[in-house]
Formats: sequence, C-alpha cells, structure tokens
Amino acid sequence: MLHIVVCIKQVPDSREIRIDPKNNTLIRQGVPSIVNFYDKHGLEEALRIKDEQGARVTVVTMGPPPAEKGLKECISLGADEAVLVTDRGFGGADTLATSYVIGETIKKVEEHWGTVDMVFCGKQTLDGDTGQVGPGVACRLDLEQLTYVSKVVEVNEEKRTVMVHRLLEDGVEVVETNMPVLLTALKELNAVRRATLPNMLRAARYKPTVWTTADFPNIERDKIGLKGSPTIVSRTWVPDIRKINCTMITGETPEKIAEHISDKLWEEDVPKKLGWTS
Amino acid sequence: MSAEEIEDQMPDWSAFRGVLIFIEQRGGIAKKVSWQLLGEGRKLADKLEVPLMAVVMGDDVRHLAQEAIAYGAEQSYLCEAPELKQYRTRPYSRVILKIIEEVKPEIVLFGATATGRDLAGAVATHLPTGLTADTTELDVEPHPSRLLLASRPAFSEKMMATILCKKYRPQMATARAGVFEAIPKDETRAGEIIHIENEMNESEIAARVVDFFEESHSINLEEAEIIVAGGRGLGGAEPFALLKDLADVLGGVVGASRAAVDAGWIKHEHQVGQTGFTVRPKLYIAVGISGAVQHTVGMSGSEIVVAINKDESAPIFQFAQYGIVGDLMKIIPAITEEIRKRKEFLGIQIPNTESTEAIESA
Ligand SMILES: Cc1cc2nc3c(=O)[nH]c(=O)nc-3n(C[C@H](O)[C@H](O)[C@H](O)COP(=O)(O)OP(=O)(O)OC[C@H]3O[C@@H](n4cnc5c(N)ncnc54)[C@H](O)[C@@H]3O)c2cc1C
Ligand SMILES: Cc1cc2nc3c(=O)[nH]c(=O)nc-3n(C[C@H](O)[C@H](O)[C@H](O)COP(=O)(O)OP(=O)(O)OC[C@H]3O[C@@H](n4cnc5c(N)ncnc54)[C@H](O)[C@@H]3O)c2cc1C
Repeated sequence: MLHIVVCIKQVPDSREIRIDPKNNTLIRQGVPSIVNFYDKHGLEEALRIKDEQGARVTVVTMGPPPAEKGLKECISLGADEAVLVTDRGFGGADTLATSYVIGETIKKVEEHWGTVDMVFCGKQTLDGDTGQVGPGVACRLDLEQLTYVSKVVEVNEEKRTVMVHRLLEDGVEVVETNMPVLLTALKELNAVRRATLPNMLRAARYKPTVWTTADFPNIERDKIGLKGSPTIVSRTWVPDIRKINCTMITGETPEKIAEHISDKLWEEDVPKKLGWTS
Repeated sequence: MSAEEIEDQMPDWSAFRGVLIFIEQRGGIAKKVSWQLLGEGRKLADKLEVPLMAVVMGDDVRHLAQEAIAYGAEQSYLCEAPELKQYRTRPYSRVILKIIEEVKPEIVLFGATATGRDLAGAVATHLPTGLTADTTELDVEPHPSRLLLASRPAFSEKMMATILCKKYRPQMATARAGVFEAIPKDETRAGEIIHIENEMNESEIAARVVDFFEESHSINLEEAEIIVAGGRGLGGAEPFALLKDLADVLGGVVGASRAAVDAGWIKHEHQVGQTGFTVRPKLYIAVGISGAVQHTVGMSGSEIVVAINKDESAPIFQFAQYGIVGDLMKIIPAITEEIRKRKEFLGIQIPNTESTEAIESA
C-alpha cells in the first residue's frame, strides 16, 4: 500500500493581520490560525488516492504546540496519523533549516509507518510565502520533484510512476516521473472535502505523535533553528501607501465619458507606450 | 547569537566574485524576466566592480547566450544538450551547480517564476546556502561586506522585509517579473561565450515531459501591458465579453477579481491578487471591482489605473488615477467604440477576434 506524507503548516490568517499605525508593527493579537490552504489541497489529493487505490496518509508539521489543532483538523478529514515536531531549538528556522528538519522527520516517519512513496507540500504558505520548503525537502530526501501541480493524472503503484499537470505561467506541462516523489499542490488540484462525523469523533480523541529535538539524537545542531538558517531578516518596514489623487471623469452620456477618458489616456501617452504612434 | 558573534564568524569570501543570472527560456525564447534580471544584475555588478554573468541552458539556444550579452552580461555560460530541451529539475540543477562551483559567484538570481523557484529551491538546498524569495528590491553594500540586501514583501504585502545571507555564499534570490528594468538591447556589446558540458544522460533522468500545451485560453497576465479586469459588479459571465472587446481593441488581456472567479464566470488564470497573479501593466482598467486589499496587492504596481464603479465610495478609487462613476454595461461599450474610432483614425489595424473566445466560464 502506498504511504503518503502531507506537510502542513499552521499559519496566521494573513487577511486578518493589521499594521499598528503608531509604531508600524504587525498586530497579530486575535489573528486566527488556519491550516495553510494549499496544504489542504495536498491533503485532499492524498485522500483521493487513498479512496481510489488505498494508501496510508501521514500528516506532519513543524511548529509551536498549538499547531496540534491543524493536525486534528487533518485527521477529521481522513488522515491516518499525524506528527507534530516541536521544540524551541527548531524555532526561527528559515527554509533551509525547515527543509532539514522536515526531511529528518519524514525519515523518522518511515521508521514508524513504512517507506514513503509520495510527499505533498503546498505551493507556498500564506505567511512565509516562499514556496521553497517543498523543493528543499525533495532535495534533502533525494526525491523526484514536481512543483505547481494542478492535476494528478495517474499514480501507478506497480510501475511506481506518477503523471501530473503542472500549471506554469505560459501553459500546462504534462510530466511523468518515478516514485518516491514530492509534489507541491495548487488550489486547482481539487475541491477540499468536509469532515465526516466518524472522522471528527476520531480526531477529538486523537493525540498526535509529538517529537522534540530529543527524539532526533543524530540531528546536527548547527543545521536547525536560527543557527541553521543562512537568511536573516534584518529590517522590516511598512511601505508608503500610494497616495493617489483620483481624477473623476464625468460626462452627460457614456459617449462623452468615453471621449474624456480617452483624452486622458492620450495625454498619458498610452498610445505611444503601446507603440500605436511613434 | 549576538550580531557581533555573527560578525566574528564571517568567513573569508574573497574567492566569490561576480553576479550570475539564470536565463529562463522555453522553445528558445527567453522569458522577459531574464532580461530584467540582467538589467538589475548590471547595477549590482557595477557597484561591486565585478563581472555580470548569464547562464543559458537548453537545446539550440546559442542565440540566447549572445542575446544575454546584448542585454548586459559580460560572460554567458552556455550549456546545450538534447537532455536540456525542456526544463527538468535534476539536469538543470546539476548544470547550474557545476557552474556555481567553477565560477564562484557571490550573487545568483533567478526569476520568481514556476521554473525559477523550482530550480532555485533545489540549487540552494544542494549548496547549501540561503535563498531569499520573491524579492522586489535589490541592493548591495559596498566593500568590505559586499552583502546583498534583498527585500521582499511580507504578510500579504502589508510589510517589506530586508533579508541578508551573511554566513554562506553565494547569496541567492528569486526576483519578481515586471519589477526590474532591462537595459536597452545593444547587439554591438562584446562578451564571451563559455561552453559547459552537460554530464547527465537521459537514462539518469526520471522525469519525462510528455506534453506541453499552452492552454487554449491561457493568458499571460504577468507580462501583459494592458489589463481590463472585471469583478462581481459584472453580475455574470456574459459581460466579460464586453471587457474582452475593450481588451482586444487596446491589445490587452482580461483580468478578474476572485469574486468573479469564484462565481465561475471566468477561469482562475485570469485572477489578479493575493491568490491570483501580481501584475504590473502600463494600464489597468478595474471594472465592477470594489478594491479589497487582496485584490489591490496584485495590481497596485500598475502604471495607470482607471476604475469604473457605480459606487463613488468604492475603495478602488483610492488606487486609481482616473475614476468613472457609472454603470459598466453602458460605459465599457462606449469606451471600446471611442478607442476603435481613434485607432481607425490613426490608421491602426484592429485585430479581428472572436470576443467570447478567451473568456469561456470556468
Ligand atoms: C518576513 C519574513 C520573510 C522571510 N523570507 C524568507 C526568505 O526569503 N527565505 C527563507 O529561506 N526564509 C524566509 N523566511 C522564513 C520562512 O518563512 C520560514 O522558514 C518558514 O517556516 C518556511 O517557509 P514558508 O512559510 O515560506 O514555507 P513555503 O516554502 O512557502 O511552504 C511550502 C510548503 O511547505 C510545507 N511547509 C512549510 N513549512 C512547514 C512546516 N513548518 N511544517 C510542515 N510543513 C511545512 C507546507 O506544505 C507548505 O505549503 C521569512 C520569514 C519572515 C518572517
Ligand atoms: C485568503 C483570501 C485570498 C483572496 N485572494 C483574492 C485575490 O487574489 N484576488 C481578488 O480579487 N480577491 C481575493 N480575495 C477576495 C477579496 O477579499 C474580495 O472578496 C474580492 O476581491 C471582491 O471582488 P469584487 O471587487 O469583484 O467584488 P465586490 O467586492 O462585491 O465588488 C463589486 C463592485 O462592483 C460594483 N458594481 C456593481 N454593479 C456595477 C455596475 N453595473 N457597474 C459598475 N460597478 C458595479 C459595486 O459597487 C462593487 O464595488 C481573497 C480573499 C481571501 C479571504
């Protein structure tokens, strides 16, 4: 049976984050945490594969203890097991350090629940928003890597191949590769299901496996957390909000308005910028 | 760890010099972002007084190595092989790792495109080194630190953050398309083309590109110079045909708010905003869009914004140079007609398009 790991991250709902105008800092208080929504599409795809051909689905996250809530949500959707990797020592990780710990976690997951055939990550998160952890984990575990997946065409357990659509800026690429493979999920991949009552009951009782640095005796200390992170956030600032004086275009009829706005576009040299005139 | 301690541990980077740019291409045509990165890379290299280098990979792409020189590179590293015809992570990262090992650049930049991110993420982890994502501002500190100051939007673009990579080399970043400016192409600029051997056989590469289709409706919002975008105010899929007419006569493409996409009136590939595309056209016409922050983060880099909304208090007007209060169903056809007339007067051909084509509902 296939074993699929889904990486999820509990993120602050960035829509709710406001800037404190007094000191230009983020107001995170009262900001709800949610499972990064691309990750939910990764989980959904794993569950679809499970529904169709049978699979074990293990969800992992690295984060502070409250991230357990997100793991339980994944159980309520149908994941089999969930692992929380949490420790102050892991804190402050950039994507290089994160991918190292997630890689080590997946190795440990393999010891517990069997060889991993597929790993799903989200395309990117709502907070860090780098999209670098997926390729990083693939590299750490020497997995084939298929990013920006909009459709899983086939998962062939026997031939150990996976064929997908990758949604790129200029079109769709159909690509096939071998397992083990890491995929990063787009929201186009699927529509996320709702939790079922039996799974919700299971989730209520479920205790995620919790691992700390003590559970990774061989982990290299200088590769984790702040110390293992080459990138440093040195400065943050709030960009000036563009202050624009909007010129209102009026006219008695739509035709007059059209004339006025066209005059403005001509004044702004739009035709020249478009190469209509020289 | 204190700042001093980090300082103390700063290794000697004098072996690492130069700025290296990855030139992304498909079918022998470079992505615009590649030339934009060369333009920005030129500034960084000049400031550091080091060479600007380009990496060109593919099959039959020698002309791009030359073009990179015309766009400002002093050296183009060229690796041509049938195995590199289509982008695949492993062979591409193998080549770029080899070049980085040989050349030892202090800065390596990739476009923040699907391919650029895929490749940069793999390469940075292999090296290993730090990788700053999706930068929109780049600068360098002068000698002796020579640090790359890579700045990027954070928290849904509400903040900017400057990211440094002090203890590792090269310093790597992906950079957004449309932010930086290419320098004018100059075919007379001289430079050197250095050939690199590809060492990965097809038999070692698991990934196979079976097919590629420019989705029949696929549009390229990120590179569009004119976007006519519609929102919930359109009330249905049909009025998008009016927007398409206007976009056609302007030579632009149709964009949309998430509300219009979620309603199923238009495909997601048209969506502008936080969960859609970030766009930087010369002209953005927002039609029946209220101007929610998740939308405006994706379009506020537009040069000129025209907003059309029946509600004069709609926040979108705060982002627009020109505002029209009124019913889009009447105003849009009138503008289309006016532009058509003016173009005819200028003797410019209006392309004959089927107006419903690119906007089939999702
Ligand atoms: C303002 C700011 C800017 C930053 N910029 C950078 C930067 O440019 N470069 C850099 O290296 N770091 C950066 N970081 C740090 C980065 O946000 C963290 O390392 C973060 O924990 C992982 O990156 P991400 O959220 O961008 O994940 P992404 O790479 O966007 O996540 C992709 C997928 O990886 C999986 N994943 C990510 N994190 C976890 C996790 N903890 N547990 C399980 N699965 C996970 C999920 O499936 C997720 O969908 C920045 C942090 C801040 C605060
Ligand atoms: C996590 C998250 C991510 C999101 N990402 C995005 C994103 O990427 N892009 C995005 O756009 N949104 C995004 N949103 C949604 C965003 O918050 C808004 O809901 C959305 O942008 C609203 O779309 P709208 O302006 O088309 O609709 P509305 O806010 O409903 O505005 C419709 C406007 O049309 C005007 N109107 C109505 N009829 C007419 C008429 N006949 N003529 C002229 N004007 C008329 C109205 O006055 C109104 O101002 C996101 C939301 C969340 C929670």
